[in-house]
Amino acid sequence: MAEINQSRFLIKITDLHFSQRGRKIFDGANIEIERGKITAIMGPSGAGKTTLLKLIGGQRHPDTGSVEVDGVNVHKLSRRKLYALRKKMGMLFQSGALLTDLTVFENVAFPLREHTRLPELMIRDLVLMKLESVGLRGAKNLMPAELSGGMARRVAMARAIALEPMMVFYDEPFTGQDPISMGVLVKLIKKLNSVLEMTSVIVSHDVAETAAIADYIYLISEGKVVAKGTPEELNRTDSEWAQQFMQGLADGPVPFHYPASDYATELMEPK
Amino acid sequence: MSWVRDRLLDKLHYLGHQSLNAFARLGRGSLLLLQLIFAVPQAIMRWRLILQQIYSVGVLSLLIIIVSGFFVGMVLSFQGYITLVDYGAEESLGTMVALSLVRELGPVVTALLFAGRAGSALTAEIGLMKATEQLSGMEMMAVDPIKRVLAPRFVAGLISLPILAMIFSAVGVLGGEFVGVGLLGVDGGSFWSQMQASVDFRDDVLNGMIKGVVFGWVASWIALFEGYDAVPTSSGVSSATTRTVVHTSLAVLGLDFILTALMF
Ligand SMILES: Nc1ncnc2c1ncn2[C@@H]1O[C@H](COP(=O)(O)OP(=O)(O)O)[C@@H](O)[C@H]1O
Ligand SMILES: [Mg+2]
Repeated sequence: MAEINQSRFLIKITDLHFSQRGRKIFDGANIEIERGKITAIMGPSGAGKTTLLKLIGGQRHPDTGSVEVDGVNVHKLSRRKLYALRKKMGMLFQSGALLTDLTVFENVAFPLREHTRLPELMIRDLVLMKLESVGLRGAKNLMPAELSGGMARRVAMARAIALEPMMVFYDEPFTGQDPISMGVLVKLIKKLNSVLEMTSVIVSHDVAETAAIADYIYLISEGKVVAKGTPEELNRTDSEWAQQFMQGLADGPVPFHYPASDYATELMEPK
Repeated sequence: MSWVRDRLLDKLHYLGHQSLNAFARLGRGSLLLLQLIFAVPQAIMRWRLILQQIYSVGVLSLLIIIVSGFFVGMVLSFQGYITLVDYGAEESLGTMVALSLVRELGPVVTALLFAGRAGSALTAEIGLMKATEQLSGMEMMAVDPIKRVLAPRFVAGLISLPILAMIFSAVGVLGGEFVGVGLLGVDGGSFWSQMQASVDFRDDVLNGMIKGVVFGWVASWIALFEGYDAVPTSSGVSSATTRTVVHTSLAVLGLDFILTALMF
């Protein structure tokens, strides 16, 4: 059994410190992501969720601490090995990041054309299969500009899984979706995770949708993991911070306002 | 007096910051140029991508090049005639028009038009791809955007500009003939034969082509660098586009002076 050698965790982030333009984004975060599960990383906007995915993908380098994926330290890899590792990662960008000068079909075919020498017929079948799985086979000849936000994200999803990666990262998959495409996306992520046995990481601030499909949740704030556990555990936790975030309350330990001088004073102040 | 000192220090600080920025940009630009050069052999293997880019960089610039070439040739012919006719040397009109075009105006004006038509479009395209995370997305798909996106455009610029410059000169000579022979009544036979006798292939045509290649190199490099280095926002891309046109124009005029001094 090959699995005996494999650790239970596909991704291990240890004591991560990272700052950008003099601002601390991560300050000693520890995160472990289990194989084959859906793990959610949640936190308010600007908490560094997107940055975390870029750190895992090797596009950013930590100041100290390490990021291990499948047993290897991402930031110690040569460029060639890093690129080989990235072929095992599918990333769904917040914006979709579809190539605007290619059709939907060619966008999904892009990784196949770049990384395989499959005959055209096989590429066609694979692309149609992926598009069918996100329900957009009929949209194959459209250009990205002709897609709605939800459709673009589904195309990006088809592209992210084109090479059948070991893991998929979803950056804010639910933000700005109408309730129907939201439901479609939630189902899709779950289906892809169970059918293709991929490890899924969802980065999001949409609590309800994410908690509904996640096996395990990390809450991050101010560069640290402030709470972790299964959705049930987090709902029952007595951490005020976790309660505030999970219930979506405006008042609590997380301030809604950016630090400012007193409101009334500022209004009355002469210019 | 401390505020004077403070302001001086502020100015000094600003100056230092600006020069550091300029050096950093120069460094990033040189690095990109190296990466582009190393990516060229692989890019040539994927000639289809290059052909597509030659279409959008070169073929789509054809109209503006042909129209401008014709007008520049016509104006040259008018001005040349006025001067030459005083000396009774209007038979040399063909030589004058052809030499001005092949040696100088062909490559230089083509490069300036190229900066405005194709260079700005390249910068905007790459800058927008960066702003919409398309480049970042490619990297995450283990595809190097320098090899896949920038290198084919670089090669296309290298190939297109010298060819466009030659077309510009050829059309310009026709414009010169139209005005000189057609309107002003210079003898057609001497217009062409004098031109043939005194325009040298190596000294004039080849040197003009070398200028075209050098300008193609510089114009594509600057356009691609500005796009790749753009601040990934709409205002960042728009100022990068402006910089492409300004920097390319200045670089082309400066280099033309140096090349002319070396060649002729
Ligand atoms: N390219 C960048 N340069 C400088 N700062 C950045 C950059 N990208 C993001 N940031 C900053 O890093 C912080 C974390 O950003 P991000 O990871 O995008 O947050 P999230 O995805 O959780 O909303 C933010 O404060 C943001 O302003
Ligand atoms: Mg984000």
